Amino acid sequence: MTKTRSIDWIKAAPWLATIGLFVIWELACLVFQIPWFILPAPTRVAYAAWEFGPALWNNSLQTLWTTLSGFALAIVFGLFLGLFIGWDRRIYAALYPLMIGFNSIPKVAVVPILVLWFGTGWIPAVLTAFLISFFPIVVNVATGLATIEPEMEDVLRALGAKKLDIMTKVGIPRSMPYFFGSLKVAITLAFIGSVLSETIAANSGVGHMMLTAQSNFEVPLVFACLIALAIEGIGMYAIMSWVEVRMTGWAHRSGFNR
Amino acid sequence: MSFVEIENVSLRYKPQGDEEGTLAVEDLNLSVEKGSFVAVVGPSGCGKSSLMKLATGLNFPTSGKVTVAGQDVHGPVSITGMAFQNPVMLPWRLTRDNIMLPLEVVEPHRRTFRRDKAANRERVDALLASVGLEGQGSKYPWQLSGGMQQRASLCRALIHEPELLMLDEPFGALDAFTREELWQVIRDLHAERKFTTILVTHDLREAVFLADKVFVMSARPGRVIVERDVDLPRPRDIDLTYEKSFGDIVQELRSHIAKARE
Repeated sequence: MTKTRSIDWIKAAPWLATIGLFVIWELACLVFQIPWFILPAPTRVAYAAWEFGPALWNNSLQTLWTTLSGFALAIVFGLFLGLFIGWDRRIYAALYPLMIGFNSIPKVAVVPILVLWFGTGWIPAVLTAFLISFFPIVVNVATGLATIEPEMEDVLRALGAKKLDIMTKVGIPRSMPYFFGSLKVAITLAFIGSVLSETIAANSGVGHMMLTAQSNFEVPLVFACLIALAIEGIGMYAIMSWVEVRMTGWAHRSGFNR
Repeated sequence: MSFVEIENVSLRYKPQGDEEGTLAVEDLNLSVEKGSFVAVVGPSGCGKSSLMKLATGLNFPTSGKVTVAGQDVHGPVSITGMAFQNPVMLPWRLTRDNIMLPLEVVEPHRRTFRRDKAANRERVDALLASVGLEGQGSKYPWQLSGGMQQRASLCRALIHEPELLMLDEPFGALDAFTREELWQVIRDLHAERKFTTILVTHDLREAVFLADKVFVMSARPGRVIVERDVDLPRPRDIDLTYEKSFGDIVQELRSHIAKARE
């Protein structure tokens, strides 16, 4: 036995790729002598992040809080609306075009209206996060309900099952993998929504901080903000991904997701 | 009076858009004696599935009358059990809990379901053993093979001790060996419990092996064109299917179907 330990390349791959990206970035800045106010090197960005550490931390927490509030609203509202739409084909037919229409509106166009109604601050940010992220939840839950196997419905209906029985015993459990799958998408969208609103009309949050840094020509800090956003985004996605596999293990039996 | 009576029944589906609704069955007459096993065969699209829905009260005739157990059918007939080509098990439930599903829904078991949980469990396990799935109740349905899932699906159709069992091509998707095994399973269950059975199938050998009587339906709109008694003695062994008397009946039915397709 010469080989007792081998490297798990699948586990190492994301770390290697990330480190590789920063190394290439650093080298590119050095070799091509890119000025720091165009593209600061990662070391310079890291220094800015350390320099403005407390402010960056507080604003990140603010953005996190805003995103999660909007996301929570989206879960509650999306779940209810999804169940309502998926309940009956007529409701589905009536509301689906409206939903598509609503979702097609760029949310950046909605922020000014929210500011008009609620003023600048955290409320438009929470609402933007909510508005942008509830759609995938609704669509997925409704799809889960609408795609019950007709045979299953026949078996139960022939036994005298009411619509409520079919929904609670088959429809709702069946739509759960769709629901948890949509949360990964929704959390990312909620994050986009809150940052979007913060860059337009807020006095705190990473989005607002970026805007301030930009107007002060603190380019490394702008990039530090971007990286902070990326880290938060990955973290929230990872949590939702974990929740998904955890809650609906039966739907992940291919082994691909393990 | 027979257990299932279908008298002069026509069924036209609701029109979709500009098209006129399809006339699925027309002037259908069919009666099934209590405790007997009948098979319905016919060319594809002959309205066999419509027949299933009419007898279980999932669809109502456009004209004519359907009675089951002496009662006019006005709504779902809860004394029926159903099994289909697709076993449609719920993947998040254990096989045992899948089989218990009808007990959670159908009266009168529904009211006592929680109280009788232990007894229900024993019933399921006994039924599983009788179809050759002893001890498989604690597995998820997707951990079972296709044939095993179909056995489980039969258990689900039978758990509430229905008086009428409706089988819609239940063995259609199985390989030949598994299919013959399951013929014997259903033969033994029927011999033991004597539930009235209507089997819809494409497989003439299956129909002749299992049924007391075979109905041949015409192409759409479906009508019964031939009613053939199968007077082969019971209990029937699988070897019977290679004998001449068996082959003759199959041959005869085949020629009727060939005519029906013209």
